[in-house]
Amino acid sequence: MNMQIEPEQRATAPVTALEVRGLVKHYPGVKALDGVDLVVRQHEVVGLAGENGAGKSTLLKALVGLVRPDDGEIWVRGEKVRLRSVVDAADHGIGMVFQEQSLVPNLTVAENIVLGSEGLGVRRGVYRWDAMRRLAQEQLDKIGSRIDPLARTDTLTFADRQMVEIAKVLRIEERTSHPPVIILDEPTSVLESKEIDALFTQVRRLREFASVVFVSHRLDEVLDVCDRVAVLRGGQSVGELPTADAAPDQLHRMMIGSTGSDDHYHGAAVEPPAEPREPRLVVRGLCGRTFRDVDLDVHAGEIVGIVGVHGSGREDVCRALFGAEPTTAGEVTLDGEELDLSGTRAACAAGVGYVPAERKTEGMVGPMSVADNMTLTKQEARCSGPLVRPRKQAKLVDTWIQRLSIRTPHRGTPIQRLSGGNQQKVVLARWLVSGDVRLLLLDHPTRGLDIGARSEVYRLMRELASSGVATVLLADSLEEAIGMSDRIVVMNDGRATTEVDAPVGDKPTPLDLVKEMV
Amino acid sequence: MSFRDTGPLIALVVIVGIFAALSPGFRTLSNAQNIMDAAAVLAVVTCGVTFVLMMGSIDLSTPGIMGASAITVALLVANNRNDNELGLLGVALAILVAAGLGCLSGLALVLLKVPSFMTTLGVSAVGLGVATLLFAGVQPNISDGTLSGWAVDRFLGLSTLTWIAVACVLVGWMVQRYTRLGRYAFAIGGAEEVLALSGVNVKPYKVAVFTMAGAFYGLGGVMVTSQLGAGLVQAGRGYDFSAITAAVVGGTLLAGGRGGVLHSTVGVLLVTVLTNGLVLVGVSPYWQGGVQGLIVVAAVAAAVIPQRRRNQVTK
Repeated sequence: MNMQIEPEQRATAPVTALEVRGLVKHYPGVKALDGVDLVVRQHEVVGLAGENGAGKSTLLKALVGLVRPDDGEIWVRGEKVRLRSVVDAADHGIGMVFQEQSLVPNLTVAENIVLGSEGLGVRRGVYRWDAMRRLAQEQLDKIGSRIDPLARTDTLTFADRQMVEIAKVLRIEERTSHPPVIILDEPTSVLESKEIDALFTQVRRLREFASVVFVSHRLDEVLDVCDRVAVLRGGQSVGELPTADAAPDQLHRMMIGSTGSDDHYHGAAVEPPAEPREPRLVVRGLCGRTFRDVDLDVHAGEIVGIVGVHGSGREDVCRALFGAEPTTAGEVTLDGEELDLSGTRAACAAGVGYVPAERKTEGMVGPMSVADNMTLTKQEARCSGPLVRPRKQAKLVDTWIQRLSIRTPHRGTPIQRLSGGNQQKVVLARWLVSGDVRLLLLDHPTRGLDIGARSEVYRLMRELASSGVATVLLADSLEEAIGMSDRIVVMNDGRATTEVDAPVGDKPTPLDLVKEMV
Repeated sequence: MSFRDTGPLIALVVIVGIFAALSPGFRTLSNAQNIMDAAAVLAVVTCGVTFVLMMGSIDLSTPGIMGASAITVALLVANNRNDNELGLLGVALAILVAAGLGCLSGLALVLLKVPSFMTTLGVSAVGLGVATLLFAGVQPNISDGTLSGWAVDRFLGLSTLTWIAVACVLVGWMVQRYTRLGRYAFAIGGAEEVLALSGVNVKPYKVAVFTMAGAFYGLGGVMVTSQLGAGLVQAGRGYDFSAITAAVVGGTLLAGGRGGVLHSTVGVLLVTVLTNGLVLVGVSPYWQGGVQGLIVVAAVAAAVIPQRRRNQVTK
């Protein structure tokens, strides 16, 4: 219904709602923005594409007043503006739905929506809950949402909270007389496909009374929902495409500046094991909080992908194999010996490695050095008894920095200063320095990495597999799972329902798998 | 209502039940009055500290602020040291001094960006210093009839001090539920960055919360003076940690963003009932401190059991 209702303005000459000219922003050592131009017209959805580090987030922050550009201009409806804060930006009709949600979890939906500009909701510092609820309801009505304004925000699902954020951002309409510009920063990254559809409906609805800037690293989505895509590379605008006649490949090329595409990992698989051997990992009837009767075999040198929708329980199976999630029943053996699932220490000792999905919070200790992060699980590598032996550690760490070509100024650099791809290589190296890892559990190892960094992680996974490590992979996308895995197990509602062989040259299609997943 | 919210209340009922079963002396009306009266000062002080804890800050200034207000009020109402006879105005002034000291904590926090742990510890020392100067070696005994009457006059079986505490809890609850100050204190504990992103300047609210907390401690100091009939520098001794303990036992989270005045009040009653009950069931006074500490830790542990998971990080 949203596509058919074309507002009149779209027929006449489109009004420029927002224009960015030659924006420049330097950080020490980096040119985050190096002359970016962008035009957003009224009633238009503009996609913003670019690899990590292309300058997308800096540009967005400049648009909402969180970053002050060193040079360049921002024009809002033919008026040059200087945006000093989020409030400033809102006064000019620019609002953003942040990637990490910006709602106060322990307040009600209504309070969050009116936060900072309560208007009639608060008189002389005293709450008028009725007025507050009405104000919030007005906003929720705009997007046709049926969320209860008096519900506590942390009781809502992620998708609902996102709707609340959109409702909240739309309040800037009250500050300006003209249609607002709404920025959505990676809004789909944690949504399921049904929720993404609902979000897209919402974006199309927004177009009728606002302009939208849509940022996503999933190009198919950008092409699906946007009218036009602007591409950034290395802090510069490299061009734009109308989505009507753009293909993902074309966008890719613009983003990475060459003809590379992300399917290069398909061909790199190792030869299948010569003769059938006993599987390295044998899981029988594993039960836990969110999964039941899971059977799984992984051979040495094999990569087995587990696919499933959100809530299929695959993440928990992975954590359970590492002893980080309690199990209630089942037998697990590694090379014929029973695997102790009572805790993570036991798992490490048995030669199981785990790369968690949340790199920043679970995968690494941000302020600690690259060297210390790398030797975190293998204290022998840097200690003699209770004493730290820096030279012993340095030698080992430097070897691995070189072997994995980890780009870091020094082994003593805090890991949080590295790029995401290099951080992930350090996290992986943690299991390599121990030298005796037999089973590697990879939970979204390429999450948040750009194409270049991803391909390096793929190469590393391949190398590990060919050296005989058994790998369980929870991939970021179906394409990744298909490309990397030798075999794919489909999980559905806590059970492993199907198993598909995926040898090189005879890969299943995403559609084959999706049918089994839902 | 989650278990986390109702847990302390259930614990209170259970403990009352146990003591009532064990001791005939516990299950009398006059003992109930004793408990309420004994809880009064702690309830007022805990009201104040709850708002600070709700923001995720901590407040250790209680002993200093209470001491300063106790001496101030003793010297302003009719007493044996000077000719002042300000009566209720003296009470108001003492609370004002206390609020000023609280404000100082808040200002140091937001302007100098010193963590509340240190600022409030410093302000406590300042308060004790002010109290010591005013004390000047001679204890001010009060002869103001109204103030000393608060501790003894009874209405519906409860002393005036207890009614003041009830009023404070009600006011605290209203502030928490119906004012921007209270809701923002809650929100600051939940996600302070979000408030900034929404264009809210949190600094004035933080200062206001510490000021309000100071006022509550000040009233607490006045109440102690009324009970003792004299102004003492040490009037607030130990109230910092017993108030924080009561708030946490009641379900107010030290990390902020959870709990509230009513939770904390349940905690106050729990702690007071424990003290009272242990005496009445005949636990030796030498044992009481230790036993009370164990029960408090057990109560908090019981409250967090439903939230426990593997590899949980606790600091």
